[in-house]
Amino acid sequence: MVGRIYMSFCVMLLIVIIVSMVYFVASKGIANFVNGEVKVSEFLFGTKWSPEADTPSYGAFPFISGSFLVTLLAALIASPLSICAALFMTEIVPGWGKKLLQPVIELLSGIPSVVYGFVGLSVIVPFLRNTLPGQGIGVAAGALVLSVMILPTITSVAADALASLPQNLKESSFALGATRWQTISRVILPTTFPAIMTGVVLGMARAFGEALAVQMVIGNAPFVPRSLFESASTLTSVITLGMGNTTMGSPQNNALWSMALVLMLMTFVFVLLVRMLERRNKI
Amino acid sequence: MQFRKSWIMALALTSVVALSACGNNGGNNAATNNGGNAAATNTQNSSGAELSGSILASGSTALQPLVEQVAEKFMDANAGVDIQVQGGGSGTGLTQVAEKQVDIGNSDVFAEEKLKDADAEKAAALVDHQVAVVAIAAVSNPDAGVDTLTKQQLIDIFTGKITNWSEVGGADQAIQIINRPASSGTRATFESFALGTKTEDLPGSIQEDSSGTVKKIIGETPGAIGYLALSYLDDSVKTLSYDGVEPSVDNVIAGKYPVWAYEHMYTNGEPNETVKAFLDYFLTDEVQTGDVVELGYIPASQMQVSRDVAGTVTAK
Repeated sequence: MVGRIYMSFCVMLLIVIIVSMVYFVASKGIANFVNGEVKVSEFLFGTKWSPEADTPSYGAFPFISGSFLVTLLAALIASPLSICAALFMTEIVPGWGKKLLQPVIELLSGIPSVVYGFVGLSVIVPFLRNTLPGQGIGVAAGALVLSVMILPTITSVAADALASLPQNLKESSFALGATRWQTISRVILPTTFPAIMTGVVLGMARAFGEALAVQMVIGNAPFVPRSLFESASTLTSVITLGMGNTTMGSPQNNALWSMALVLMLMTFVFVLLVRMLERRNKI
Repeated sequence: MQFRKSWIMALALTSVVALSACGNNGGNNAATNNGGNAAATNTQNSSGAELSGSILASGSTALQPLVEQVAEKFMDANAGVDIQVQGGGSGTGLTQVAEKQVDIGNSDVFAEEKLKDADAEKAAALVDHQVAVVAIAAVSNPDAGVDTLTKQQLIDIFTGKITNWSEVGGADQAIQIINRPASSGTRATFESFALGTKTEDLPGSIQEDSSGTVKKIIGETPGAIGYLALSYLDDSVKTLSYDGVEPSVDNVIAGKYPVWAYEHMYTNGEPNETVKAFLDYFLTDEVQTGDVVELGYIPASQMQVSRDVAGTVTAK
């Protein structure tokens, strides 16, 4: 009985915390739109961000597009690597392959963002600068750093999905005379596809919200980049750079909260996507 | 039935706790502000002036190391005083001191520059204590091949009119601007006193907020230009003279080098005795020629010129 009350209390507290957080971000985020300081359309699609100018403009499109760009690129780079790693651990060499890869993947997820950012700045940026056009700092560097950061998420979800596949499905395939490659490509991957996609979406959610590591290598110029090797910004990098320097309640500060609101709504979209994929998964 | 009952109870409990948490919070704040007052008046009678109370300071990360170090020493000398120093940025410090959430708000810029328009009243209530000076120098990648830039050349570079170092007598190398975010205090100082104008962000420019990162990027990126506080300068970057004046501590003190700003510690109204003692301690010779210099700031007490919020410089 005591345990039950305690548990109910914890759950209630959690709900109160979540609801008040959503309320807080939403109320701050819409302040600029409610008092007429900024139009919603101007905020979402305006490309000019100059909050300190005499006639300030708060166009957040460069940041929204920057967030989507690095997130999609990171997912494109990380997904094939992760899916191969998961297949390697579960289907190709379940013995020593899993023993070797599992701890490495877990290690990757435990490294703090600032370390990823610093490694990106010290290794990836000079490499890009010396081999490709541009200064190294930019969208490509951000996407590469992010792709390493989301590898563990996608790999572990994909590996779990592959491991939970019914054994008889594979055995039937082998019994029909299919090779291991045919089994993987025609049976295993198609049946686990929704579950693997769940991992990809979770990885994208992580990439979309990541702030520090990206901020260090992407350059943070408030413009839509013209190439992958040019400086750009994400929603999170602008929020972290600006939040401490602006005073609460100023239009600029409220504009940053509006960006936080956009991030939160995007998280809802990602959660919704995962839910839909899970439903498809139950066959 | 029992199930439903327990849920209702839990809901009631939760809301009670949530409400009391809010109440407590307010109580604590009041205690911080008034408690310090009360404690201070208690000790006023005794001539030994045994100070007590707690001080909460927040704001500028540029000023944070100095305040932390001085706070340690002050607490060693006054066992009854507890000082907490938090970062968060100048905007945060000013907001919190204006709303009386902290006793001291640290800022790199005058409060009037951040608290504008509707918030101007809040700025008027704040009392300024200038504890140190920070000078900012233009720096370039060592291979750019330039030692000095004039004001006009700097303006042309930061507004994108000059895009190659050869146009200012340096190597044939494209200029890469490493800027601070538009809201940064360092950028505000550099723009007001080195350029004399606000600049727009240029496409392809790079923005970083941490001085360490800025220095690393300038040192490694060919053709990079940016600006750093004097305390961050070393051989990995080239320090540029401004109109032929070298950015040195002596030149700043004498008023020859113009790109500098005060580090402010704001209180909301006149400070109570404990806070006042702490702020006065900053202006003693022990701190000004000791900790301030040691941590790379310039002593405010030695400045031969002073500057007001409008930027007017007068000889002391």
